[in-house]
Amino acid sequence: MICDDVRNRLSAYVDSELAASDLADLEAHLHECSGCAADALRRMKMKHMIRGAAARYSPTPEFRIRMERSIRAKKKPSWSSSWLPRLAMAAIAAMLLIASVAVWETRSDRDRALAELTDMHVATLASANPVDVVSTDRHTVKPWFAGKIPFSFNLPELQNSEFSLAGGRVSYLHHSPGAQLLFNLRKHELSVFIFQEQSGGIPFSAADIASTKLAFHMETWSEGGLRYFVIGDAPASDVHALSELMKRAARA
Amino acid sequence: MADTRIDSGSFEELAMPLFAQMYNFAHWLTQDASEAEDLVQETCMKALKGFDSFRQGSNFRAWIYRILRNTFLTSRTGLKTAALSLDDEESGLPEPVASGTPESILMADVDYQKIQDALEALSVQFRQVILLCDLEEMSYQEIAETLAIPVGTVMSRISRARKAMREALTDAKVRSASR
Repeated sequence: MICDDVRNRLSAYVDSELAASDLADLEAHLHECSGCAADALRRMKMKHMIRGAAARYSPTPEFRIRMERSIRAKKKPSWSSSWLPRLAMAAIAAMLLIASVAVWETRSDRDRALAELTDMHVATLASANPVDVVSTDRHTVKPWFAGKIPFSFNLPELQNSEFSLAGGRVSYLHHSPGAQLLFNLRKHELSVFIFQEQSGGIPFSAADIASTKLAFHMETWSEGGLRYFVIGDAPASDVHALSELMKRAARA
Repeated sequence: MADTRIDSGSFEELAMPLFAQMYNFAHWLTQDASEAEDLVQETCMKALKGFDSFRQGSNFRAWIYRILRNTFLTSRTGLKTAALSLDDEESGLPEPVASGTPESILMADVDYQKIQDALEALSVQFRQVILLCDLEEMSYQEIAETLAIPVGTVMSRISRARKAMREALTDAKVRSASR
């Protein structure tokens, strides 16, 4: 795929509107071409920022009450011999609607949280000072978070692994403070985010999730009341390997 | 023949969860709080009146947003903006994007205020398509149904609107850098 062709499709890509047949080719190109990958990333960030900036105006509570009253005032009496089946159908429809809205909202919230974490990882890499505590020693990095975040966590012993610790910083997801740890692997950099499972309202079930977006691989899981995310542009097997190291450390 | 009439109870269950976002959308279109309230109220009343014609199982959100958009087009502000129609024919194809220009710089220092300013500066046609796509997260098909335009035109309009946004943000960055 040539770059011009890819860039004409990036709008559809960031809107999740690209045909499945084109998706694999485009993502393969993004793996290879840093210019197009940066363009795709910028567009995703722009979309993300527009979503935040455009949610600007809220109706007043008085207007909401007025609207609810107006709608109820127009309610039609619909009692007839067939009211019972209709009521039952309406109840079923409402339950289905509520269930589908709940599923949609959870998925949507989850996707937003993942996109936000991807942004934070990329912003960290782009920063002149990516970490606030610079150390390869887990016994230096872990204590640095004491008093800065409302929980503690374990870091893995990395002596016999390809990973090395670069440092850490305090990060925020849904206004909840957490830890962001930066690891190096060959020429890749990976972030591990740790947040409290309950306090931030992070929209994930207890199940593990692995996903790929824009050539970034991510794994997330819950352990001991904490939600972990590992994200990076390293191969999925490396993201998984770091996840396993973190899991073992958490259980130690 | 089965009675398909639906009372306002079910209408309320479908419409009220969209109330806040409809108001936000209306405010972006009208740029005025009072006009936005009038627009949402009129939309809801029209939708409730025509709810019998709404086909259950079809897309309620696209349906009520279409009513909102049509109501806006017949409002005072809407009529004014209709006069400022898009000045060139839409091809249905996305615009090629230039690379290597300042607009391709990562948006590290762009804040919400600058984005809001850029959105306000867009034409209503561009603003509404960006809001439906990026804020409301509608699919291209839903946007096409809402705006009663072909999907190809939706793609073209989104592409051009984003280009206009990038240019406005680049200009803002250049202005703030030269101060």
